[in-house]
Amino acid sequence: MIPEIGHFALVLSLLLAISQAVFSLGGAARGHTGWMAAGRSAVVGQFVFVTVAFGALTYAFVQRDFSVLYVATNSNSQLPLLFRVAAVWGAHEGSLLLWSLCLAGWSLAVTAFSTSLDAPFRSRVIGILGLISIGFQLFMLMTSNPFERLVPAASEGQDLNPLLQDFALAIHPPILYLGYVGFAVAFAFACATLLEGRLDAAWARWTRPWTLAAWMFLTVGIALGSWWAYYELGWGGWWFWDPVENASFMPWLAGTALIHSLAVTEKRGLFKSWTLLLAVTAFSLSLLGTFLVRSGVLISVHAFATDPARGIFILGFLVAVIGGALLLYAWRAPRLKSAAGFEITSRESFLLFNNAFLVAALGLILLGTLYPLFMDALELGKVSVGPPYFELVFLVPMLPLLTLLGVGMHAAWKRGLLGSARTRLLSIAAAAIVIALIAGAAVYGEIRPLTTIGFALALWVMGSSLAIVVVRLRTRLPIPGAVLGMVIAHFGIGLSTLGITGVQSFKIEQDVALAVGDAATVGGYDFRLTALKDVQGPNYLAVEGEVVVSRNGEPVTTLHPQKRLYNSGGNAMTEAGIEVGAGRDLFAALGDDLGQGRWSLRLQYKPLIRYIWLGALLIALGGGIAALDRRYRRSVVARDAVTAAAAAAGTQ
Amino acid sequence: MTPRRKRLLAVIAIVGGVAAATALATLAFQDNLLYFYNPTQVMAGEAPSGRTFRIGGMVTQGSLQRTEGTLKVRFVVTDYKESVPVNYEGLLPDLFREGQGVIAHGRLTDAGEFVADEVLAKHDENYMPPEVAESLHPQPPAESPQ
Repeated sequence: MIPEIGHFALVLSLLLAISQAVFSLGGAARGHTGWMAAGRSAVVGQFVFVTVAFGALTYAFVQRDFSVLYVATNSNSQLPLLFRVAAVWGAHEGSLLLWSLCLAGWSLAVTAFSTSLDAPFRSRVIGILGLISIGFQLFMLMTSNPFERLVPAASEGQDLNPLLQDFALAIHPPILYLGYVGFAVAFAFACATLLEGRLDAAWARWTRPWTLAAWMFLTVGIALGSWWAYYELGWGGWWFWDPVENASFMPWLAGTALIHSLAVTEKRGLFKSWTLLLAVTAFSLSLLGTFLVRSGVLISVHAFATDPARGIFILGFLVAVIGGALLLYAWRAPRLKSAAGFEITSRESFLLFNNAFLVAALGLILLGTLYPLFMDALELGKVSVGPPYFELVFLVPMLPLLTLLGVGMHAAWKRGLLGSARTRLLSIAAAAIVIALIAGAAVYGEIRPLTTIGFALALWVMGSSLAIVVVRLRTRLPIPGAVLGMVIAHFGIGLSTLGITGVQSFKIEQDVALAVGDAATVGGYDFRLTALKDVQGPNYLAVEGEVVVSRNGEPVTTLHPQKRLYNSGGNAMTEAGIEVGAGRDLFAALGDDLGQGRWSLRLQYKPLIRYIWLGALLIALGGGIAALDRRYRRSVVARDAVTAAAAAAGTQ
Repeated sequence: MTPRRKRLLAVIAIVGGVAAATALATLAFQDNLLYFYNPTQVMAGEAPSGRTFRIGGMVTQGSLQRTEGTLKVRFVVTDYKESVPVNYEGLLPDLFREGQGVIAHGRLTDAGEFVADEVLAKHDENYMPPEVAESLHPQPPAESPQ
């Protein structure tokens, strides 16, 4: 009964999405206030019904209702409650429902906080969000209904993939989706602007906090995914340039370019059409990412074709959204002209470089990600693009980007004089290089060119960020949220760079065969396997190793890596034993029984790896603080919009 | 500097940048494209010698041999027409199993053995890597001689 209620709620919410789109867009076009109000009510109704549907599916999982196909495929009676809830979004159908819920939530938030916008524009934004919603709900109802019944009901479920039975991965999809879907708001704002054919500073000011919020969630989502891959996949890597990872990283790069370009559009009225194009791109890549990961196209291009309904719908939807937005752009964007100029060393110009490098990296990553799919689809052979390609094409634009970042933060708008900042920046740069050289030599005992560059860039970016705060404190200037957010996020970029450089330069990974009592030395640490025992978990059995780590005879820690066998299926799972440290992680993963009492183990020494994720969290925190800046608050925006309108009227 | 010269410089910079990026991408691409071959193609001599590539197929039942107490393993990858022996030293992935699909990355020796530096089995218990599934296509595993 409950699943049928969920199904019915989904149908109702589709109908409401249709009325949201029709009444909002129609009302805006005809200037009909009643229609526009009806469109807004539909947003509320849609949110309620999607929530009911989501609740119904969650209830089916919690109650272990194996008469629902999706529940039977993705859970098991022994699965703990937390993971039964997380299993709701563990596969294709449920994650589409989660996507819809996120979209309904963002739509509701936009509707609630947009009272200061002029009515037709507000309605157009809501209408476009409605159009996206129609696409998703139609897709779910036509091809991927999560409430489909299984007749006869299964007596036991197949279980959630053991890899997904983990806290970080349980919360990873919702946060990632809040980011993906959040870009729909920027997208809707861009399309509404194109429909109206005018763009002013108030528009950019309006879009910024929403984009920053979405970008913040996406940052946290990606960091969680990377952290999970590190400790749960069992191999100690933190980024694999896997298509699934690239699918979330590409919208992040576009979003990063967008928040920087928006700054220029708000402050100086420049880059208008470029900003709109980026808003369209960020959301298009989010859509592409969702489908790449969830449609099975990555597993096989041809599997895609074996379920033609899904494949054709996805392609049609992507073409409609991306193509429609680009057509609108081609038609209307030429109207948006930026007249002002700027000097080569002004902040605008640094932000232009930022965008150029980010988009270059994005394009090259997109090429590497999609190329194998095209080759395969055209029957030109099966290829994959190796991580070294991605590392190279990402690294090359990032080096100048980070170098310029440190200067750009201190540059003034419009005019190109760094003035007193010049001496300060030169001393920070000199200090960064000297410290990088000394630290490399003193801590790690050697100086390598690329490592030194990495450390120096990290210190340069961190130092330059801190200098902003120092200067403002000394000259008693206020530090508004936007500036504080920028400083924290850029400091985070530096910290992540430090971590990436450290771990990529000095990590040590070694596979060894050890019997109980044997030891191996990795990175100056002695790892001794002292015991092996059986452990009983809630829904698995495990062999647990005890690995005592010591350095120069002094005990450091004891690691407990496990090899788990889940009761529901025959798959083994590696749970790594990790000792977290400020300077390094020590990592042990248990492999197989090799015979003669020996077990295979993977031992790793990972210097500075924590700072990759700590930096990412600071980046997200910075985004959040900037989004909450006072000047984005409703009253302030409304006042400025009035001033801007008056100014515009005055110039005509 | 006149606006005209400025514009000229900007155009040169953009063209140069794009050219550099394209050159970089092409070079990096050439070096890092990994081709996939099934055992039949390998035995027919289609796979490159002296260059790494990926081989995929099913792990033949009963073919897994360990050198006792060490990390050295040897197994046979088959597409049910031809078979290629694979040598590997290291940890096998959790999902590695005889009779299951596998992809190995490495190179071919002159003796016709594949030396893997990485073994992947990224799938669940029912799943076959798509390359493997397709290379087996006319002959589903159910009809296999096991």
